[in-house]
Amino acid sequence: MVDVPYDGITGIPPAEVPEVELYHPKSWWTQYVFSQDAKVIAIQYSLTASAIGLVALVLSWLMRLQLGFPGTFSFIDANQYLQFITMHGMIMVIYLLTALFLGGFGNYLIPLMVGARDMVFPYVNMLSYWVYLLAVLVLASTFFVPGGPTGAGWTLYPPQAILSGTPGQEWGIVLMLSSLILFIIGFTMGGLNYVVTVLQARTRGMTLMRLPLTVWGIFTATVMALLAFPALFVGSVMLLLDRLLGTSFFMPSLVEMGQLSKYGGGSPLLFQHLFWFFGHPEVYIVALPAFGIVSDLISTHARKNIFGYRMMVWAIVAIGALSFVVWAHHMYVSGMYPYFGFFFATTTLIIAIPTAIKVYNWVLTLWRGNIHLTIPMLFALGFIVTFVNGGLTGLFLGNVVVDVPLSDTMFVVAHFHMVMGVAPIMVVLGAIYHWYPKVTGRMLNNVLGQFHFWVTFLGAYLIFFPMHYLGLLGVPRRYFELGEAAFIPPSAHSLNQFITVVALTVGFAQMVFLFNLAWSLFEGEPSGGNPWRATTLEWQTPETPPGHGNWGKELPVVYRWAYDYSVPGAAEDFIPQNQPPTTGAIQGAAP
Amino acid sequence: MSAVILFLGVIAVIAGWWLSQQRLTAKPWLEAGPIDDFPGTGAMTWPAAKVGLGVFLAVAGSLFTLFISAYSMRMNMADWRTMPVPTVLWFNTGVLVISSVALQWAYVATRRNDIDGAIVGLLAAGGAAITFLAGQLLAWQQLNAAGYFVASNPANAFFYMITAVHGLHLTGGLLALGRTTAKVWHRNAATAEMRLSVELCTIYWHFLLLVWVVLLGLLTGWTNDFVDICRQLLS
Ligand code: HEM
Ligand SMILES: [Cu+2]
Repeated sequence: MVDVPYDGITGIPPAEVPEVELYHPKSWWTQYVFSQDAKVIAIQYSLTASAIGLVALVLSWLMRLQLGFPGTFSFIDANQYLQFITMHGMIMVIYLLTALFLGGFGNYLIPLMVGARDMVFPYVNMLSYWVYLLAVLVLASTFFVPGGPTGAGWTLYPPQAILSGTPGQEWGIVLMLSSLILFIIGFTMGGLNYVVTVLQARTRGMTLMRLPLTVWGIFTATVMALLAFPALFVGSVMLLLDRLLGTSFFMPSLVEMGQLSKYGGGSPLLFQHLFWFFGHPEVYIVALPAFGIVSDLISTHARKNIFGYRMMVWAIVAIGALSFVVWAHHMYVSGMYPYFGFFFATTTLIIAIPTAIKVYNWVLTLWRGNIHLTIPMLFALGFIVTFVNGGLTGLFLGNVVVDVPLSDTMFVVAHFHMVMGVAPIMVVLGAIYHWYPKVTGRMLNNVLGQFHFWVTFLGAYLIFFPMHYLGLLGVPRRYFELGEAAFIPPSAHSLNQFITVVALTVGFAQMVFLFNLAWSLFEGEPSGGNPWRATTLEWQTPETPPGHGNWGKELPVVYRWAYDYSVPGAAEDFIPQNQPPTTGAIQGAAP
Repeated sequence: MSAVILFLGVIAVIAGWWLSQQRLTAKPWLEAGPIDDFPGTGAMTWPAAKVGLGVFLAVAGSLFTLFISAYSMRMNMADWRTMPVPTVLWFNTGVLVISSVALQWAYVATRRNDIDGAIVGLLAAGGAAITFLAGQLLAWQQLNAAGYFVASNPANAFFYMITAVHGLHLTGGLLALGRTTAKVWHRNAATAEMRLSVELCTIYWHFLLLVWVVLLGLLTGWTNDFVDICRQLLS
């Protein structure tokens, strides 16, 4: 018998469970290390993702140092710059954001928010983490192998990805592809859990339309990831075979180091199709959980129900579906048939509609709300601003004629950092401030939090906003140094220095944040069970941090949606989801 | 990429149908109160493991259709030389069909509480599946001996790669089948859990058989003729 009493045979989770049936881990090892408890797995995922994310952050400093002060740092050469870019991009997108949103927040929040005791397949869930850890270790090991990590760019385009001349051609690329394959296997195990838990383990009364938007976002993103990651899997396997066995799936015949290579006839474009068939949905795999979480943060901290809940749900589903038919907008410059470009430009612009609806709804939720400028709220507001900014430049780039000249310039770098770098990171940080009290029972320090927010938000803006201008000047991306080009004025160089200084400052603020996380664990103000006075189920657990099995003897029963804030006539300005309609007074936790 | 788009279209239809059963037009803010008939729709009374398998099949299906998409894009390039299909593949296909049938038999037997019949079916299915895998290896060997190496032509490379991926999926299935057989072996009456395990194995087996038939059609070039006919009908 696994962790949960819910045996997977009967369709309906029992509403009441005798204490004896709860599985209790027998030793320290099974409780904290090889744990099958989704909450422990969530923390393992989050810590691992943050650790490798810090590596990516350090890499971004090194890149910025090189860009700001070319020639000053002798320990960075052109090859290393490419390796830094590649590892930074790949880690940030996949090993940090995807793992953190789905493996971290997904594991912690799904069972609690839907009123389940745990994920439905706890053992598989545990395996998922360990495979993920293995993937991260394989990735990290590339820093130490001969030749170092691959410098192919995070897109890993063949043919250059596996040709000599690209750094890391020996080991780096092989390990990178292996690590991706492992990541996908691990993710699939976890993803099955997230999806089936939402489908099957919702507590009584928790209809789909009563789910908090956080769950909707994570759920939809997981479904997308399950369907899109196989494309990366296929691409990685084929590229690995090209590299190791000398097949020619992607490799055209070409001259390598003055000699005709063994390859011939393959199609690099095929890889681009596979990569972006995964790559574009990936943007939304990161964005949808962020959308969901930010909706809940805004509603809770503005003490107001979310505006247009149904519309929000529909928009999430619509975005999820549409994002599978826009992938080729990353390939406008690949020489594809112009009518395809037209088709993909159209779908790209259509996807902006549900996205815009969401932005309007967030703003309308704020409108005349009782806005508490708590740290989670500040980060949520920061998200809206950066996301709108990045979304608008995305509309520019979605048009073929605008994209062609801007492609591969700093404009693109600025765009995607705004929309899928800074914006989701804002949500991650806000969400940590929001749920940290539930995870640890203590509040994060507010003064340090204010410092962290303002430096991060203003800093990120100062880093990436000027990059648009650099891109319009024509400054190319993935360039080690700019040299003496006539079209780049001296002011561009001083701007680059400025950006570097700000980037280091922002990095420092993250160290303050890490300190806050560690310090508050012991010294933070005790938070109680529901410090934000929120309605969703995770705040109604009998214990904080939630105990093993999440709920006491009985699972909560849900009577209302997740957004009953400031209901006229109610005793308090929030009504928890598990409070029956008849009682006037607020009951705190579930019995 | 048309194969995978088609596949995702099917998934989208299923998801859309399911969502349409979920009262997505409800106005939850007006509806405080208990909802007794959890989970509300018939589909949701399936056991979690079965839903889990269904989701996994969607993922595996997506994987295989992506391989097929890649195959059909790559095969249109100039250097493609179609490979002869080793005759042993026909034998293998037959064995895989037998495996599926045996498992179906085992499933029916567990429903009738016939433990012995179930064990026979499970063992037969496992044996046939192992024979299939051995036959696939034999096919590889024959091709290799005849000079059709992995790297000598993309058609060969695809053949080796796709059969390997399919074989790995079947190997994974064999692990589950082994556990199920052990479960059945030690009991003398069918339990709900046992029935479910056998049922899940059966579904997975049928899925892999279907995938294999499609792949075989692809590798022998039949699918091509079929697609050509469809294309002519459409244009
Ligand atoms: C303060 C934080 C960050 C800084 C200073 C930073 C800086 C950079 C720099 C300098 C580059 C290389 C530009 C070039 O020469 O082409 C880069 C590339 C990239 N960054 Fe970041 N970045 C940050 C955060 C993030 C985050 C959170 C993400 C997550 C999505 C991200 C994703 C990427 C990607 C995908 C690339 C492209 C890699 C490639 O071209 O292959 N970055 N970043
Ligand atoms: Cu895109």
